Amino acid sequence: MKRMLLLGDEAIAQGALDAGLSGVYAYPGTPSTEITEYIQRSNTARERNVHSDWSANEKTAMEAALGMSYAGKRAMACMKHVGLNVAADGFVNAGITGANGGLIVLVADDPSMHSSQNEQDSRYYGKFALIPVIEPANQQETYEAAWYGFEMSEKYGTPVMVRVTTRLAHSRAGVELKEAIAENELTLPADKRQFVLLPSIARRNYQTLLGKQAAFEEESEKSPFNAYIEGEDTSLGIIACGIGYNYLMENYPDGCPNPIVKVGQYPAPRNMIKRLLDECDRVLILEEGAPFLEEQLRGLMDASFNISGRLDGTVPRAGELNPNIVAASLGKSIQVTEAKSDIVMPRPPELCTGCPHIDSYNALNVALAELEPGRVFSDIGCYTLGALEPFNAINSCVDMGASITMAKGAADAGLFPAVAVIGDSTFTHSGMTGLLDAIIEDSPITVMIVDNETTGMTGGQTSSARGKLEDICKGLGVPEDHIRVVEPLKKNHEDNVAMIKEELFHKGVSVIIERRECIQTAVLSKKLAKEAAKK
Amino acid sequence: MKRDIILAGVGGQGILTIATIVGYAAVERGLNLKQAEVHGMSQRGGDVQSHLRISDAPIYSDLIPEGRADLIIAIEPMESLRYTSYLHHDGWLITNKKPFVNIPDYPDHEDVWKKIEALPHSILIDGDKIAREVATVRSMNIVVLGAASPFLELPAEEIEQSIKTIFQRKGDAIVEQNLAAFRAGRAIAEERNLAM
Repeated sequence: MKRMLLLGDEAIAQGALDAGLSGVYAYPGTPSTEITEYIQRSNTARERNVHSDWSANEKTAMEAALGMSYAGKRAMACMKHVGLNVAADGFVNAGITGANGGLIVLVADDPSMHSSQNEQDSRYYGKFALIPVIEPANQQETYEAAWYGFEMSEKYGTPVMVRVTTRLAHSRAGVELKEAIAENELTLPADKRQFVLLPSIARRNYQTLLGKQAAFEEESEKSPFNAYIEGEDTSLGIIACGIGYNYLMENYPDGCPNPIVKVGQYPAPRNMIKRLLDECDRVLILEEGAPFLEEQLRGLMDASFNISGRLDGTVPRAGELNPNIVAASLGKSIQVTEAKSDIVMPRPPELCTGCPHIDSYNALNVALAELEPGRVFSDIGCYTLGALEPFNAINSCVDMGASITMAKGAADAGLFPAVAVIGDSTFTHSGMTGLLDAIIEDSPITVMIVDNETTGMTGGQTSSARGKLEDICKGLGVPEDHIRVVEPLKKNHEDNVAMIKEELFHKGVSVIIERRECIQTAVLSKKLAKEAAKK
Repeated sequence: MKRDIILAGVGGQGILTIATIVGYAAVERGLNLKQAEVHGMSQRGGDVQSHLRISDAPIYSDLIPEGRADLIIAIEPMESLRYTSYLHHDGWLITNKKPFVNIPDYPDHEDVWKKIEALPHSILIDGDKIAREVATVRSMNIVVLGAASPFLELPAEEIEQSIKTIFQRKGDAIVEQNLAAFRAGRAIAEERNLAM
């Protein structure tokens, strides 16, 4: 049996490859990025020609994965939790079309918002789409979730969600691998209208999906990811979801005295939970994320059982779990001998030395200096750090692409000048359609595309925008004399300021492309070139 | 046998190399390992930490509980102090001395060093200086690893083997530099007769 040391993200990737994956579709997003990167680096994937190029965004990824499933092959779409908002249309409707080849939607949630704008819990989406959700507790289970997910997807003709969270995605442990199996042959669905969601067909498919729910519940009762674990002390029963189970067991190295329902597959195992509620005086729910199961158990009237969890304050309402939080919820004391030192200052992330965004923001700040502040809408990426000292350059960061559309809305309200700052990859992810809106109405906005020719924040993945920005802007209808390109360098500072000023006061759409390669990828490619030259 | 280790530093300083070396040696020994890393936003010059857990028993949590770490290994002094609440009362803190100042309100350096030296079990070493003497300054993290190595409950030769394996693809010269850095760091810990 082969054993490998794998991140949770790598475990799902390896599991999917071994289970006959034909294509992964994804847009980079912490903490999900390493899944696709692992497949891109895999020799097996290369030999088998497994698709692993980045998609323009999570929606295109989801839809392409669905297309591959339509063609009978095993496909996986990977994204971070907020990426599922982007992919939601395809995702929810894939529940209605159903799957042909095995289809896994891997979503990596980020409770505590280590690298995210919110901490939404993707299990709600799984329930919303009425599909099974697997929530592995450790790296081994994550590996197995790929196998199990594909099998279940094909058995029931349904997409299956696999949900991981940051700590599992980015933690390494030993994983035992299984013997790999071959990919599926190309096989089209027997019913050639299965994927045509005309109302009449959608209504029929929806009934089919509703009809599968009882079977999904039954699967959960016998799932290897769910278990009723006996315990003598029935004064308390514990429901531990996902990696909540690890933190629980960390507190009981010699075994937990209380009965436990370990939950790793949804719909939740109703019979196991009912037994726990029947047998125990009180039940504690440990969930890595929102009180998803707790809300279901309590119900609107919250009258039936003695339940503790995030909703009654036994566990904090927000943020990820950890061994200490779980210890406190169990009434155990924590022995901390040294307090965190009061001398320690926060050290927030910052733009790298030599980063092109520094020059862009320096120029933008000078160009805007004489105007009342508060008019720069920005977006998701390294350049969001422009909100912090010393730049204080931006006033919004909401979702991928919102810089342009918010600037337009503010311009509609009468704010002039209104500025959008967006990265190249974010622009092709979700900025183009908003720019089209602005062009159609000739909105007086200045769009600064900070083009570092990569997807920087997630570690330098290929940007779909590379080499295409001017053509995209022209094609969408930005007048050519208002598409300006500059290299953000100190020596070009004066020119950059003058150009930004010109475009700021243009009463229509302008696009300024600030183009200089990300310092991280530039250094890396130099290093690689040097190593290659040596050889 | 169990070792719970917090590795601390600033994004880009290379704490993960230490984790990789220790992790490799532990896995070669047949020990269980879990190692939680920080990826994403914080890697851009922010504070980063890694929880490295080694045990001959199964390991459940990917995160080390507060009050339970056997070791804090840091390559930046203020960052070493960020995690003192994780330290077990018998635990050791081993850190590099040179501050990495990229914030305007970085505390007085002497105060930081005093705080570290006031801890019951700590080693503050000038890893940059030692690295420059025996190798190059880039091996500073390996000097710190060397100073921490007597507390790892892994034989020195197995850690050295791990260093050889991990730096192999960079060539023999780099391997030798890092071995020298490791030994110099270890010598300091041993000189002070601080091994547990």
